[in-house]
Amino acid sequence: MAELSEERVRHLAWLARLDLSDEEVARFTRQLAEVLDYFKVLDEADVEGVEPAFHVLGLSNVMGEDEPRPTLSQEEALANAPAKEGGYVKAPAMVV
Amino acid sequence: MEVVEACFARVEEVDGAVSAFLRTFKERALKEAVSVDERVKRGGKLGRLMGVPVAVKDNICVKGVEVTCASRILRGYRPPYSATVIERLVEEGAVVVGMTNMDEFAMGSSTENSAFGPTRNPWSLDRVPGGSSGGSAAAVAARMVPLALGTDTGGSIRCPASFCSVVGVKPTYGLVSRYGLIAYACSLEQIGPLARTVKDAALMLEAIAGRDPLDSTTVSSPKPLKASDVVGDVRGLKMAVPRELMGEGSDERVLNEVWRALKLYEELGASYEEVSMPSLKYALAAYYIIAMSEASSNLARYDGLRYGHAARARGSWSEAYAKTRGEGFGEEVKRRIILGTFALSAGYYRRYYLRALKVRALIRNEVLSLFKRFDVVVSPTMPTPPFKIGEKVRDPLAMYMMDVDTVTANLAGVPAVSVPCGFVDGLPVGLQIMAPYFREDLALRVAMALEDELKLYLKEPSAV
Repeated sequence: MAELSEERVRHLAWLARLDLSDEEVARFTRQLAEVLDYFKVLDEADVEGVEPAFHVLGLSNVMGEDEPRPTLSQEEALANAPAKEGGYVKAPAMVV
Repeated sequence: MEVVEACFARVEEVDGAVSAFLRTFKERALKEAVSVDERVKRGGKLGRLMGVPVAVKDNICVKGVEVTCASRILRGYRPPYSATVIERLVEEGAVVVGMTNMDEFAMGSSTENSAFGPTRNPWSLDRVPGGSSGGSAAAVAARMVPLALGTDTGGSIRCPASFCSVVGVKPTYGLVSRYGLIAYACSLEQIGPLARTVKDAALMLEAIAGRDPLDSTTVSSPKPLKASDVVGDVRGLKMAVPRELMGEGSDERVLNEVWRALKLYEELGASYEEVSMPSLKYALAAYYIIAMSEASSNLARYDGLRYGHAARARGSWSEAYAKTRGEGFGEEVKRRIILGTFALSAGYYRRYYLRALKVRALIRNEVLSLFKRFDVVVSPTMPTPPFKIGEKVRDPLAMYMMDVDTVTANLAGVPAVSVPCGFVDGLPVGLQIMAPYFREDLALRVAMALEDELKLYLKEPSAV
């Protein structure tokens, strides 16, 4: 199926920042094409004039009080970081 | 404290065979049990769950212990805070004994997608316990704990409840706080109880329900559930039975058990009528598109910087990020992120994501209009009995099809209960009861009526 070629799966994986092996690309392309084919059932649904339901309860703009509350200390917030330095999270270079 | 000790004795006896738990905290739990005992002795305010051992699905944060979503990418993660549901259970005197196995990031219907190996069904060890809350359901079924927390995005509480012959409740969207739940698909998922009996499930739900300022999607129920008010009386209730969930694709033996339950309800004074819900044909596709789209967005946060697995990679930010995620996520998670990214991408957004949201509106409207004429909607929870480990895991679409009866409640946001309704060849069958918004009491009442008649909670799982 043209919609989901191996090339497209590679591109989507890159957009989602997922390193895939060649074997994964081949397998996922086959499996996901099958799933996508199944999704085509939605083409039959008559949704003319129907508003999309992002939420079901119809809540809107729930406001909180603008008051300070206790929050994590810097130490707690950093406790799970694999690499840190001087109270910061250490990240790979953005530009190389 | 004796109760918690007994719980650990049972875990040690049977969990080698079942693998319901990823981690248990004996020392921590016994310490908590002692302080609960002291609370009782002091005569302080007593909770509703004093000293009750509770198992927690591995995607709900418990401060200071390891919580991984059964994923390599969160290995070693220790949340700096507890989820609201955990705070509420502890307040009521419950004791968290351990974290249970699940499909990675709650993506699956069999618990085979765990990075740490599958859980086995206590009724037949070569079969799956259902998923994604399979560890929680198996722990309750194998009598390791009386109560467990699960989460339900498209059936993940009800499916394993059905496969393990326990009671599971997917609450109304917004009834239970998701603060501290590690997100998969925010507009669909809810935390809920798994228990041996309807009464126990109601009690746990009563304890965790209610508005939470830390989760802006929570609402106060217009009529908060009181577990003590739930009685198994169905006289005068009108039940709808959708043909779309009672035919093609469902195991005949499962349907027979469901019809038998419906006849029983009739004898108990309820009435049922077969109805047609044409939009259910689209439910599964709409559900998967929405869930995958939300997942691709929610899981973008796993970058290996602030927590979790980090690949030892040289190169740019993007390359290191991609390597971390390629190593850290399992197959099903990758598949869903890719398809979710596709459904949200320019050129496909309208055809897939937006269309799925419109179909969701159709389905919700159909469900709500049905509740104008009926009190509850009854169907099988699962189209088949529990399947063999390995039977479907290589065929994603076949696995997705297992959710055909459960996703509707998540799309519409209505509550649904799975209650044991029978066995085929020694394997459990569950009955699903959907009710209108915030009418958990009604679904639980219908479930309790069946439980009172069948008393299936007295049946011990045969394989452990």
